[in-house]
Amino acid sequence: MSFDNAYEAITEQNDARWAFGTGFDSPLSGVDSELPEGVDRADLATYSLMLADDALVVSHRLQQWCTHAPELEEEVALANIALDLLGQARMLYTRAGQAEGGDRAEDDYAYFRTESEFGNVRLAELDQPDFAVLVATLLVFTTWRLALLQRMTGSRDPVLAAIAAKGIKEVTYHRDYAAQWVVRLGDGTDYSRQRMRDALEAVWPYVDELFATHPVERRMAEAGVGADPASLRDECAAVFGTVLESATLEVPQVSPRAGVAGRAGRHGVHTESMGYLIAELQAVARAHPEATW
Amino acid sequence: MVTTREHARAVAARVTDPELPMLTLADLGVLRDVTVTADGVVVTITPTYSGCPALETMRDDLVSELRAAGYRDVTVRTALHPPWSSDWISEDGRRKLAEAGIAPPGPAPAHGQGPIPLTLHTPRSQVPSDVCCPWCGSAETAELSRFGATACRALRTCSTCAEPFEHVKEI
Repeated sequence: MSFDNAYEAITEQNDARWAFGTGFDSPLSGVDSELPEGVDRADLATYSLMLADDALVVSHRLQQWCTHAPELEEEVALANIALDLLGQARMLYTRAGQAEGGDRAEDDYAYFRTESEFGNVRLAELDQPDFAVLVATLLVFTTWRLALLQRMTGSRDPVLAAIAAKGIKEVTYHRDYAAQWVVRLGDGTDYSRQRMRDALEAVWPYVDELFATHPVERRMAEAGVGADPASLRDECAAVFGTVLESATLEVPQVSPRAGVAGRAGRHGVHTESMGYLIAELQAVARAHPEATW
Repeated sequence: MVTTREHARAVAARVTDPELPMLTLADLGVLRDVTVTADGVVVTITPTYSGCPALETMRDDLVSELRAAGYRDVTVRTALHPPWSSDWISEDGRRKLAEAGIAPPGPAPAHGQGPIPLTLHTPRSQVPSDVCCPWCGSAETAELSRFGATACRALRTCSTCAEPFEHVKEI
């Protein structure tokens, strides 16, 4: 159908929905939802949620830059990256729901879980007080996720493999965007260089956590479904080294930020920022549960 | 009424993309398959990008167009694999894009087995480029931003005719 004007679109007879909010069709609608043989359903659900939470939380942080980015082009770029990650999150939440076998769908996971039920790495949720912290976070996150998704293209779960194959095309663009900005700021003026260096120092304590293997990640890697994050360390270090060298910067020498008794983001133990983020993300859906518009 | 696969396909193929309305879903390469069953018609489409919000609209538009053509039971399925590539845009589609002032994509990068290489050059550093201006044909064009009004488009500018234009990204 096509419409000559917006009014015609919203008054269309056969469609009760006039804008897209919640109540989307499943992004995996029509995709074969069969589970691979011999794979633990609960583990697959938890693993899909971890990868979905990483994408959703980073996407939300990027969305917060709308109307705050330094230039319109950057704002559009960040919104595009956020949209790609949101799309990945939606498919992964849907896959988690299929693995779990209950009636939970994407909105239930995104809007109606508590902070401690989110399994994203803490790097994803960090406050981004300036543009340099944003690009530092994005460089680390996209480098790590690209390496992870690339290994998952061979997953024994055909749905995760397909989500990963699609995702690597997108995240390759995201990583180039972040890397180019790190170089531009690092190899820029004395002032931009100092700000970029400060940003890397603020973010780097959360890098180590990305390569710590949670028991579910270990079991999923052993089952040929996921990738062991510890195996991504060297590849990521090489990318960080290349980018920072071009930016005339060095890898920060900072201690990793410890978790609580060895537990961090993957275990649902988050930083103070997470509570505020979740509150903003979920406020409307919790105030008007089941609403569609 | 004719309910052959060719007819159903022809109906589905004339539905246009909501964000690039000069292209049909067939031109864009997102229409994967159309089959006619005893109960109706099953259309398979694929998203261009994971978060492409146009997918919902495409689904609605396909159902509405096929129903209007007499197919009562219409199912739209999503295929994720293999992932959509800009290489799937038809020759006809590329011509229509260029006529609308949008530079069509070049060949998509092939992702091999090893780590995916970084691109560190800044967008403006490659002039002349592989992307020609759809208005004047000049290769003296530079990327302004790799991310445009939709996920699939980048912003470029031409230094010969000084016009800005969009470019469908290689993916």
